[in-house]
Amino acid sequence: MQQDWLLGLLGGGIIGVAGAVFLLVNGRIMGASGIMGGLVDGSGRNGEPLAFLAGLVGVPALLALLFGAPDTNITGNWALLIAAGLLVGMGTRIANGCTSGHGVCGISRLSLRGIVATCFYIGAGGLTVALFRHALGVI
Amino acid sequence: MRGLFAAIAGGLFGTGLMVSGMVDTAKVRGWLDIFGAWDPTLAFVMGGAILPMALAWAYTRGRSPRLGGSFPVPSEPTAGRDLIVGSVMFGAGWGLSGLCPGPALASATFNGLPGLVFLGAMTLGMWAAPPVKARLATPA
Repeated sequence: MQQDWLLGLLGGGIIGVAGAVFLLVNGRIMGASGIMGGLVDGSGRNGEPLAFLAGLVGVPALLALLFGAPDTNITGNWALLIAAGLLVGMGTRIANGCTSGHGVCGISRLSLRGIVATCFYIGAGGLTVALFRHALGVI
Repeated sequence: MRGLFAAIAGGLFGTGLMVSGMVDTAKVRGWLDIFGAWDPTLAFVMGGAILPMALAWAYTRGRSPRLGGSFPVPSEPTAGRDLIVGSVMFGAGWGLSGLCPGPALASATFNGLPGLVFLGAMTLGMWAAPPVKARLATPA
């Protein structure tokens, strides 16, 4: 448990350095949903987001190859996966950000929108787990 | 050059998600499970990430990005309907699956078919979002 927290802190630090590189060198906010969404809806379709995605998918693939794939405990329930994917995709684009854009990059800048968004998605996530795990028992 | 540093940033982001355990949906849902076996790891990840980012934001003052252009200006300090509705939708999907966009992409190659189904649905949701957002942005 204690080791989990230390690895969390270390991994978080690496994520922060990633965001700092993208900001200080490229002048862009490291938001996974913004980068991916710009490619999907055409509002940001160029080499920069593509290269970012290549690193984001490719380096973990390499790490998994070298050290073994980590346990992800992903659900096999297709209805759940599709509903969740649609909600995450549409919600993050409507709100203009997700955990990385609003959470990491927004809060660190003391952005009101980042803080409000983070309160609402963590609140909604907590209620969803409470409802679907403890009341309905489906996840 | 822009592409190279974008790839480095993406690679570091993916590495951090792997090291921190945030590709594990059980840990993420554990953080959201305040009435069950609560797992505080995500708070440490957030804290660890916010610190270097806060220093980076402080460093931007009076400077320009290394590769030219300008730093993103702060958004208007207004939280509209789209921000709230979108974040609630996102949070619900996050709670159901334990996946948000970053980790879902980072684990694309080892999450099997379920991971790809999630990414497919997420892409579809992103593609369908602009008209819904436009409707929410107009005052009620």
